[in-house]
Amino acid sequence: MSAATAIFDRSGRRRVYNGVFVLLCMLATAIALVALAAILFSLLRNGFGGFGLSVFTEDTPPPGASGGLRNAILGSVLLCFAAMIAAVILGMLAGTWLAEYSRDGWYSRTVRFVNDVLLSAPSILVGLFVYVIAVRPLHGFSALAGALALALIAAPIVTRATEDVLRLQPRTLRESGVGLGTPFWIIIWRILWKAAAGGIITGALLAFARISGETAPLLFTALNNQFFSVNLLRPIANLPVTIFNFALSPYEDWQKLAWAGALLIAFAVLAINVLVRILAMRGKHV
Amino acid sequence: MSEALASPADRPFVPVHARGERLEPAFHYACAAAATALFGAMIGLCIMLAWGGWPSISTFGIGFFTSTVWNPVTDIYGGASPILGTLITSAIALALALPLAFCTAVFLVEFCPNPLRRPIGIAVELLAGIPSIVYGMWGLFVFAPLFAQYIETPLMSWAPPGSIWERLFTGIPNGSGILTASIILAIMILPYIAATLRELFLSIPVRVRESAYGIGCTPLEVVWSVTLPYVRRSAIGAVMLGLGRALGETMAVTFVIGNSHRLPRGLFDSGSTISSIIANEFAEATSPMHMSALLELGFVLFLITFVVLALARALLGHGHSA
Repeated sequence: MSAATAIFDRSGRRRVYNGVFVLLCMLATAIALVALAAILFSLLRNGFGGFGLSVFTEDTPPPGASGGLRNAILGSVLLCFAAMIAAVILGMLAGTWLAEYSRDGWYSRTVRFVNDVLLSAPSILVGLFVYVIAVRPLHGFSALAGALALALIAAPIVTRATEDVLRLQPRTLRESGVGLGTPFWIIIWRILWKAAAGGIITGALLAFARISGETAPLLFTALNNQFFSVNLLRPIANLPVTIFNFALSPYEDWQKLAWAGALLIAFAVLAINVLVRILAMRGKHV
Repeated sequence: MSEALASPADRPFVPVHARGERLEPAFHYACAAAATALFGAMIGLCIMLAWGGWPSISTFGIGFFTSTVWNPVTDIYGGASPILGTLITSAIALALALPLAFCTAVFLVEFCPNPLRRPIGIAVELLAGIPSIVYGMWGLFVFAPLFAQYIETPLMSWAPPGSIWERLFTGIPNGSGILTASIILAIMILPYIAATLRELFLSIPVRVRESAYGIGCTPLEVVWSVTLPYVRRSAIGAVMLGLGRALGETMAVTFVIGNSHRLPRGLFDSGSTISSIIANEFAEATSPMHMSALLELGFVLFLITFVVLALARALLGHGHSA
């Protein structure tokens, strides 16, 4: 129906079509909201059943015994922090290079494109890659390999955030540094990174939220561990893989713990996301 | 910019920064090295998957793509069913998610009452933030039983024997299978597509839309004849981005697809996708050839998603992060 003929539509068909369209749009939004509510509701209902102080104070149990998720929680925190340290260093430097040193060369355009693809590349492939380069040659699953896989997933997010927010900084900021005769890297280090800190922190938080729930890349890098371990060269317990194993097990205690773990992860991730929005609203970064 | 500062001869006395000046190249190279590391990761990913899969590629050749035999005992592998499973589930997920995402984005831009706009927008984005393993658990323990009871069983008893419906609805009505996986995938990619589309709609100059309203168009006509054509290219990119997510999604699918190596016979039948089969078997692969076959599947997934994501980025341009 083209607009020209539609104007002379006296039967009110246009209004009817439009009404149906509005209804469909409302319905679609309602479906999305209901899905979110349903997921949160079942998380709360099933998660609180297995929730208690013991979740934080006891290690993962053998089937039939009582226990908690202490080793898995600590393992996940350790993995994520190790990964974030690597990812923030790598991402900030790469993002700085893209924004400040080489904006429009063919190589920087390629890197930017590759980074964009890596942003949404399947995480399980990153796990396979790390297995081939770091697990197979060393003959063993290790926490370090898991952290490496997570770092490879987080780094593109930090790179992207760093580049975007550095590009937003006014030219005068750089000129003021140049005017004082400051070497360019000190301008970046002391002025630009400080001005861009809010946006970079936001990006890093989002990356942290993303990797804290990632399961697929840990399945065959960090593996899992029934026991408490902080040895970076051995398999390490972690929440996502523990949830995966426990949820698919036939034991009810384990399934309960899996729900408690899922609740923990989901709300940590949601809390970070909400925090990021509050930060963004306050500072108008990004 | 760095060149302009490089020669100390232009500036008569800068003893304070003499040391800093010497470190400039080091910093520059560190930045360039970090960027190269990202580039190297991508190249390495591609090469390592191909290299790891090479024994399987050279043994099974092109037959890998047509055979559905997956037998770790005799060490003979064919990837047709997981590859097909990946394509089918993603296609169905996209078909379900696209209209919903489009309508949600339109609602948020055109119809949503102002006070609700922000909260609903954030809620949709939160849906995107939920880890995929949570979707998987929810799909298996909450969605699948309901789906089996209220959708699968009635549909199977309704389908007239001999009709196309009967063939479509074959399978075991236990709640897990191709269609369940597709629906969970659709819920997962909906917020990504909706958020990107909303961003695109908002990027259209207000007077373009307002002039359409000004000649008396209804909102439907504005969206269909003005908004959509204006962002068509990028909108296709947004959809491809969602498709890329669906193709590579692992955990949610692994929970609910049923994990069988056969070609699925109907929508309710169990099946597998590339990522689900890798997640299930890789850590316990029995022989080098088994592992190699899984790596070859990974390589195939890499090629498929790379093409889709590259197209998406080319269509979207730089500047959309969703």
